[in-house]
Amino acid sequence: MISDLIAARSQMAMSLGFHIVFAVLGIAMPVLMAAAEWRWLKTKDEAYLALAKRWSKGTAILFAVGAVSGTVLSFELGLLWPSFMERAGPVVGPLFGLEGFAFFTEAIFLGIYLYGWSRLPPRAHFIAGLIVAASGTASAMFIVTVNAWMNAPTGFDIVNGEITNVRPLVPFLHPFAFHETLHMLLAAFAATGLLVAGIHAFLLLRHPSNQFHKNALVIALVVGGIPAILQPASGDLIARAVADHQPAKLAAMEAHFVTEAGADFVLFGLPDVSSQTVDYAVVIPHGLSLLLHGNPHAIVPGLDQIPRQDWPPVAVTHVAFQVMVVCGLIMAGMTIWAGWRWWKGRLEEDRWLLRMLLATAPLGFIAIEAGWVVTEVGRQPWIIQGLMRTSQAVTPMPGLWIPMVTFSALYILLAGVVVWAIRRHIAATMAVSPDQGVGRDTA
Amino acid sequence: MPSYELMVAAALVGALTFYLLFGGADFGAGIWTLFAMGRQGQPQRALIDQAIGPIWEANHVWLIIAVVILFTAFPPAFAVISIRLHIPLTVMLIGIVLRGTAFAIRTHDISSRSDGFTGAPPIWHRIFAWSSLITPTMLGIILGAIASGRASGPTDTIREAFVDPWLAPFSITVGVLATALVAYLAAVYLIMESSDPELRRLFRRRAVMSGILVIILAAIALFLTHDGAPEIYRGLVQTALGRATVVATALVHLAALWAVITARNLLARFLAGVGAVAILWGWALSQYPYLVEPSVTIYDAAPHSTLDILLASLLLGSIVLLPFLFYLYKLFKGDVLLHRHD
Repeated sequence: MISDLIAARSQMAMSLGFHIVFAVLGIAMPVLMAAAEWRWLKTKDEAYLALAKRWSKGTAILFAVGAVSGTVLSFELGLLWPSFMERAGPVVGPLFGLEGFAFFTEAIFLGIYLYGWSRLPPRAHFIAGLIVAASGTASAMFIVTVNAWMNAPTGFDIVNGEITNVRPLVPFLHPFAFHETLHMLLAAFAATGLLVAGIHAFLLLRHPSNQFHKNALVIALVVGGIPAILQPASGDLIARAVADHQPAKLAAMEAHFVTEAGADFVLFGLPDVSSQTVDYAVVIPHGLSLLLHGNPHAIVPGLDQIPRQDWPPVAVTHVAFQVMVVCGLIMAGMTIWAGWRWWKGRLEEDRWLLRMLLATAPLGFIAIEAGWVVTEVGRQPWIIQGLMRTSQAVTPMPGLWIPMVTFSALYILLAGVVVWAIRRHIAATMAVSPDQGVGRDTA
Repeated sequence: MPSYELMVAAALVGALTFYLLFGGADFGAGIWTLFAMGRQGQPQRALIDQAIGPIWEANHVWLIIAVVILFTAFPPAFAVISIRLHIPLTVMLIGIVLRGTAFAIRTHDISSRSDGFTGAPPIWHRIFAWSSLITPTMLGIILGAIASGRASGPTDTIREAFVDPWLAPFSITVGVLATALVAYLAAVYLIMESSDPELRRLFRRRAVMSGILVIILAAIALFLTHDGAPEIYRGLVQTALGRATVVATALVHLAALWAVITARNLLARFLAGVGAVAILWGWALSQYPYLVEPSVTIYDAAPHSTLDILLASLLLGSIVLLPFLFYLYKLFKGDVLLHRHD
């Protein structure tokens, strides 16, 4: 039988891992919809209107699942980590409060957007779509800022082990929050855009002359590709911030066991904690020092500076970090390839590009899951870095494997159902010709 | 000026009030789907989908606002509730997830039409209906448990710590009452939402039946407070103000029933809403100043620096949000409310 702590962590990880897929789609899909609608307003080409409607219908399901799985998380904070919330609530609660209002705005305007096609003038409808996108982005900023606070807590003093002198505005301007938020938002747009691009690339392989899917592919590549190209730079920023605030996490990400000047960059490989080595790795001499400090001889603290009981799980953090980086680099590469083809004209005639877009379509979501593993597992054993251990925060409720198994089964089932439903939407576009209205007003 | 703690507690009750009136009615509409299966249920499902489709997600956010207020401003209460009521909270969450997903699948499937037809498997109607039933029941049980004082009881055994706080006649009755109440609200609202005389008759009949059920269950719950929720009994039965509240609540409910029966639909809507709010506020006021009977009060709160920011953001959020919300309702409910009442 697994321990209650592991059960609680698994349930939280699974809930976050499930929710984040829908949260990300809920942030970025409205931008795709609004872009298509904007093209329709500009060109009066009905194919763009059909595209906006088609995308919005699938998004309705994704958004609903995102909303309810987010509700689960807000309660799970207390159900699984009551002592954490008892301490963190007064400091970061206002961030959750503003997130609540941002989400409220998003839900209101999503209702207006989905059901208001015939009730609103086209321009107002388009603006409703923009508000959905903006408030979704704002929600993500508030939530990721809470996470930044867990990584580098600020805005209070510790007197006799108790949190006092709470200044809840301080976390809003958290230095870490900017890097984390930027990284997450770029990831959301890149992952969604390239996923959608991959789906329409697949449909173009089947129906090479279909204008509907050509339009869709170009919009999705623009919305997803630009962030995909910017993401490595944002990754560099955040890595430096992690090096400053969470040396243990950085050392685990890099499997950097021993403090040294001119530290190597360890690519791939499987860290072995007992022997403090990394098997099967590609080593770039002095790479880590150069990347973090711009100086090939700079000193990078290793895990030997951290008490053994405060080490995060090194292998998981390192491997997840590699997965994220590789996925991100491939996505940036795909964007450059697609951009070059577009520059040369006839983007959609490169069938190898379309095939590769399809093959790499899920990478953004794999990178997001891996990235969250890096930030969450890399922070262990702390739930609030340096202040409260995850094991101290877990609820006294026994038998936590029961809700863990229940929610796992529920989410696996729902994931299957959502895939089934979206597949039906995609299958229906196969038969559609561009001049034929595909959207049905649900109002 | 009232204390910060009191203002935040009022905001918490306010969020719950909106959740009951709007989000609750969405669950109630889902409950009526239990009686709208198969082909002959299609017009009813179409009515329900059209009534809640554009607004249910916005209505649902009131619950999130409430829980955020709770854990930001009243961390000790949130901790006690989360620990001792883990089981009903978890079941409620499963209900919330299934209800939202089932509704989205059934209304946004590629084959779904606004006349209630969907090519999604019929099991989704059942999941939607049953999860709409379970969720308010669990929420009612949770509120009943908070009021009963059992959430602060002994913790020597697993049963005492995690089951006894909520598995008691009073909290179960409040759970059933909450369910009946949201079904009643939904039935009253749905009378006006339909232009089909047949459906109007149907939901009028259901409104009367569920309204009577609400009165009976509320009376049973009040009776059970004597042993099951002593502080509530003291507040509602042993003080003159409490007795006056009970009588006034009962009168409002009777008036609402009269308005339903005599087809004063808009008035019925108003009175049913007032009656529901009266029950909620009667509980909240008789529990004051306790958040969790009988140990945690609203003064076991976060520091004032937090309450400051929270109140400011609640105020600011409301100023921005209420016009949006008004616009949403005007857009989708304007013609129902303004032109079609009789």
